[in-house]
Amino acid sequence: MIIDHPLLGPRDSSEFTYLGDARLIDRPDPDGQDAAAAFYDYAYLRDNPAGWHRELWFHEAGDRSWLVVTRNTLTHEISKVELASDVARVQGRSK
Amino acid sequence: MLELTPKPAIDTPDQTIGTVTIALTDGVALASVAARKGQLAACEKVLSARLGAVPPVGRAVDGTGETCFWTGPEQWMVSAPEDGQHVLADQWKDALGDAASVTEQSGGWVVFDVRGAGMPAMCELLCSVPVRRMETGDVQRTMIHQTGCFVICREAGRHIRILGPRASAQSLHHALITAATAVA
Repeated sequence: MIIDHPLLGPRDSSEFTYLGDARLIDRPDPDGQDAAAAFYDYAYLRDNPAGWHRELWFHEAGDRSWLVVTRNTLTHEISKVELASDVARVQGRSK
Repeated sequence: MLELTPKPAIDTPDQTIGTVTIALTDGVALASVAARKGQLAACEKVLSARLGAVPPVGRAVDGTGETCFWTGPEQWMVSAPEDGQHVLADQWKDALGDAASVTEQSGGWVVFDVRGAGMPAMCELLCSVPVRRMETGDVQRTMIHQTGCFVICREAGRHIRILGPRASAQSLHHALITAATAVA
């Protein structure tokens, strides 16, 4: 599997480590009213889709950047690769 | 006062195997520079002033007596010949102030220079870096013998510099010798 890194170009997936669902970026507010329930959901409950999935990959043997990779779990086709910092910025986080 | 001089990572002479010469290069001072949040522009201004340019993605830039290469988004590594004063990181910290975090790296890395006509064939056994497509000044981080290393192209097709973790210097050297022997 080849991941087309936004900065470095196509790199072999063996250079990366996989973390999981990209929704891990959206950490709940620890001071919120429903913080306990929100963190339970955040930490333990995941979808396991057969198909397109947005997931976090770490370029460990490269530039050490976190990526959000949109991957089809059935075919391993990758349709989009973004820097996780850019994704967070678009959401108004991590200025 | 005691004279404190850092020792080389391992005690090994330069070795020529076939057309490839493997040399441990001692006395390289290193410092990492990481722009702080929102300070990229200020950081790049200092890099540009000191080096003449900001190293682009995957590239090294030669300044006056200093070389700097890109290591990741908003991060760079500066290297210079060690003059015995151990001031490289301090100098950069003074220049950058709060724009960046600067960390002394000299004690963390071992530097090998690999030269010769057989270098590309040897490099291809060691790692996935596309060494035959690399131009002088290209830099890539990769895995060599299970260790994270930087491969810097110093002269296309002839000379690469490998920065690897100092604590694994012996293992890395063993891997280089084995690969050179295999292609000799």
